[in-house]
Amino acid sequence: MIENTKIKVDKLNLYIGKQHILKDINIEIPENKLTVILGPSGCGKTTLLKCMNRLTDLYHDVKIDGSIIIDNEDILHTKTDVTEIRKKMGLLSQRPFPLPMNIYNNVAYGLKISGRRNKKALDARVENYLKQVNLWDEVHDRLREPASKLSIGQQQRLCLARGLAVDPEIILADEPTSALDPISSETIERKFEELKQQYTIVMVTHILRQARRIADYVVFMYMGEVIEQGPAKEFFENPKMDRTKAYLQGAFN
Amino acid sequence: MIVLFYNRKTKNRISTAWMLIAITFVIILPFILGAGLYYKSSMLFEQNSLGDLLFSKVWKPSIGKFGFLTFIMGSVWVTFIAMLISAPICIFAALSITQYSRKFYLRIIHPVIDILAGLPSVVYGVWGIIVVVPFISNVIAPIFGAQTMGYSILAGAIVLSVMIIPFILNILIEIFRTIPIELTEASLSLGATKWETIKYVLVKKAVPGIIASIGFGLARAFGETMAVLMVVGNMIQIPKNVFDAGYPLPALIANNYGEMLSIPKYDSALMFAALILFVVVMVFNALMRMLIVRYDKY
Repeated sequence: MIENTKIKVDKLNLYIGKQHILKDINIEIPENKLTVILGPSGCGKTTLLKCMNRLTDLYHDVKIDGSIIIDNEDILHTKTDVTEIRKKMGLLSQRPFPLPMNIYNNVAYGLKISGRRNKKALDARVENYLKQVNLWDEVHDRLREPASKLSIGQQQRLCLARGLAVDPEIILADEPTSALDPISSETIERKFEELKQQYTIVMVTHILRQARRIADYVVFMYMGEVIEQGPAKEFFENPKMDRTKAYLQGAFN
Repeated sequence: MIVLFYNRKTKNRISTAWMLIAITFVIILPFILGAGLYYKSSMLFEQNSLGDLLFSKVWKPSIGKFGFLTFIMGSVWVTFIAMLISAPICIFAALSITQYSRKFYLRIIHPVIDILAGLPSVVYGVWGIIVVVPFISNVIAPIFGAQTMGYSILAGAIVLSVMIIPFILNILIEIFRTIPIELTEASLSLGATKWETIKYVLVKKAVPGIIASIGFGLARAFGETMAVLMVVGNMIQIPKNVFDAGYPLPALIANNYGEMLSIPKYDSALMFAALILFVVVMVFNALMRMLIVRYDKY
């Protein structure tokens, strides 16, 4: 059904303490498409997303079994170089969290720590990625100002730029527009439409309309389980499961 | 009913007025203290210029010569070295507790901090005398080829650093704990290692808080009296190295008040020592506030 699978989640179970948060998750995420993980709040969407770049490592008493395979490599394996797999993925969180440095360095940060320090090359890349997210015109004359001085919408675009700057293959986005005004949200959505030509995008959302607008592929979750997954057209027009139908009709949420 | 109503209004007015008095009292308290100290020490200015008082090392109370440089240097040495010891310990301990350790450590560290902070300073002094002083004279000094009884600037600084660790550590833990985890996530997901994240993101974000905690520690350390005077040697000399004995300002006041008051103006001199402490602590506070504002831009 899927031509090229970029991420394959296989029998993934996650516990926090004794709580069973993710239950037997099996999903496939297609390459260079926008996959939406949809579901009501608290159903485990964000946790699933964080598994994909092992940010779950940060939390104590989280237990995971199963596998997440990206490019033939099980990233949950203890021997996996976590830093390397995280580099493959850009992360966009619910609210923007600019790094405590100026605008320029927010974008250059990932490049600098991976050893690229050539001033001219850095300048060019920073400009390039700020242009990609339509931020360059707004900030080119104040690159040395703290990133926290930007508006929330600008900050979120900056966060997208800094993520793109490290050449990821995948973009993980956790309700990236939920804190934004409608215009900034639209900018991000439109950006995603463009970016999916080159990147595999996984976006978590609980906004049904947003999923309808931009999803190519949908994974629907409820109470820690995947209820249904499939191409967006099929999912929205011809859902198979009762829970999905109920959700699409607005019966819960 | 009317009476009751009247009563309630009166109570309301009285409590409001009382709160105003209480807050006013607290706010003018430092000014009262400062003015009192200045008034009491002003007699000293008749014979000694301010420059002499602060920068002369001639301490001859019998002929009315009061130069505080020796004592100021004693305080500066002890405080500075104590901060040099405790600041790195506190920063790394706070990072370890908030970023690396399991929750268990976070749970036990607070009782530990409370115990350390609650111990009377004389206990630290005794510990200094029976542990730190001999350790310096028998172990540390020989390593550096120095000879000392152990009663020294270093002994004072070590005891002092242990005393201020709970205060600084407490603030730092709070600061690192309140940095949102999403910031760590952002840095990690850009391919940074944990150490890079700490170095470039967390510490940078925490700079105002680190400054504040160190300033708080400095102010406390500068005025700490009992434990320091028990181990620092109390010899009137400017220390040339950390193994020399010193005589910090608070020790001067505590050792001599009530004893030497037959010498004219000696009480004024001690008040002046107190005034120096007062002003230094105030200046520290102001300076730290300025630094915090300066670095609090992210």
